[in-house]
Amino acid sequence: MARRRAIDVGRRRDVAVKSQRFLVTGDVDAGPITADDGFEDDRLRLIFTCCHPSLAADTQVALALRMLCGLSTAEVAKAFLVKESAMAARLTRAKKKIVLARIPYRVPARAELRGRIDAVLLVIHLLFTTGHTAPVGKNLSQVDLVERALDLARMLHNLLPDDAEVTSLLALILLTDSRRGSRVGSGGEFRALADQDRSKWHRDSIDEGLALVGESIRRGRPGRFTLMAAIAAVHSSASHWDETDWTEIVGLYDLLLDAWPSPVVALNRAVALSFAEGPSVGLAALEELSAEPQLSTYPYLAAARGDCLERLERFTEAREAFEEAALLTENHVERDFLRLRISQLN
Amino acid sequence: MAEYLVLIYSNEESWAGTDEAFSTKIMDGHNKFGEKHGASLRGGNALEPSMTATSVRTDASGKSVTTDGPFAETKEAIGGYYVVEAADLDAATAIAKDIPAPFGGIEVRPIRDMS
Repeated sequence: MARRRAIDVGRRRDVAVKSQRFLVTGDVDAGPITADDGFEDDRLRLIFTCCHPSLAADTQVALALRMLCGLSTAEVAKAFLVKESAMAARLTRAKKKIVLARIPYRVPARAELRGRIDAVLLVIHLLFTTGHTAPVGKNLSQVDLVERALDLARMLHNLLPDDAEVTSLLALILLTDSRRGSRVGSGGEFRALADQDRSKWHRDSIDEGLALVGESIRRGRPGRFTLMAAIAAVHSSASHWDETDWTEIVGLYDLLLDAWPSPVVALNRAVALSFAEGPSVGLAALEELSAEPQLSTYPYLAAARGDCLERLERFTEAREAFEEAALLTENHVERDFLRLRISQLN
Repeated sequence: MAEYLVLIYSNEESWAGTDEAFSTKIMDGHNKFGEKHGASLRGGNALEPSMTATSVRTDASGKSVTTDGPFAETKEAIGGYYVVEAADLDAATAIAKDIPAPFGGIEVRPIRDMS
């Protein structure tokens, strides 16, 4: 498996090199590459190119995942919850525009950097989540994507150490990734947060992450990444599942929903609510989301419903919900976990 | 280096409601723009209003049909243009930002290199 991963990393690196070549296609004089600030990392330049404001926001993220990380079009489509054909068309249009309009390949000068950073944060975060739980395939995660996201977050933090959201993104990745070693059991089976051996969590990452979150929160009104990092920090600070401060987590999700209204955030809030106020309250919140078109193919909505129904001892409905979730997920480790839960309902 | 066509769009109705002092101020803006970016400018003109436009299309039988008015009826019409030479899109956009464009905005389009 290690060898396969090495090949995989090699393949992805090739993609980045090819992408760079593609960006200067036919003209070596494609634009001055600034050498004044010393952020000469190719990946960073490429990510700023993909996240150029002349490209639509959704396209920026998709393009970066495709060009920078070598995700297949199918994987990118999955991350966006759209059809593969639609994603392929969007990526083709974007690549054409980069070449024809000469979108420059460089890290922006300091003066423009602040305005360009949000898109980059979004890309690195999506890159991380795609690696943390692979949209398709036999492995729960793709470690090379996770590490690439972590590298990029660190690089960006070195670039902008005073930006709270940049700091928080690094914290969020560190805190979430600190659980890497405990998410899969000895037999390769998925372990939910509730069942993880927390002594296996990576202590150094947690300490660094918590310090960074603290730093961000002190900077004032928290943005979306600071709120997400704060939620991760609440989990990291509980030495047992039973000690989790769910009321605090729901409060943070309320703020997050304000800062970032998204059905996926609402779903996570409903799950937290089911632990803070009980499964029937959680279930009611989840059912309100069933009409969201963006969530109609999202396995976690059905899985969360199944979990609430199981806790309410409505086993027949729970089984149906878990079966729906198992049908929707294309990650084999997650699918096996859902099947296990179905078999345990009897 | 590449060339970009910078199209200036504006709402003609809003223009109609302005006085001469306003026009003078905008002309001044264009003169200052020309002084600042003269080295990058390869051309440019102001256009008569879109009511003076004539469109020519070929119909299904292959015949040319001439009609009154601009090709697409939109609230904002093209009122002028510049041709700008720049290293890349960022450089072209930085120049375009200095163009006075009240009641509308600027579109930056790469000119296809036919060489």
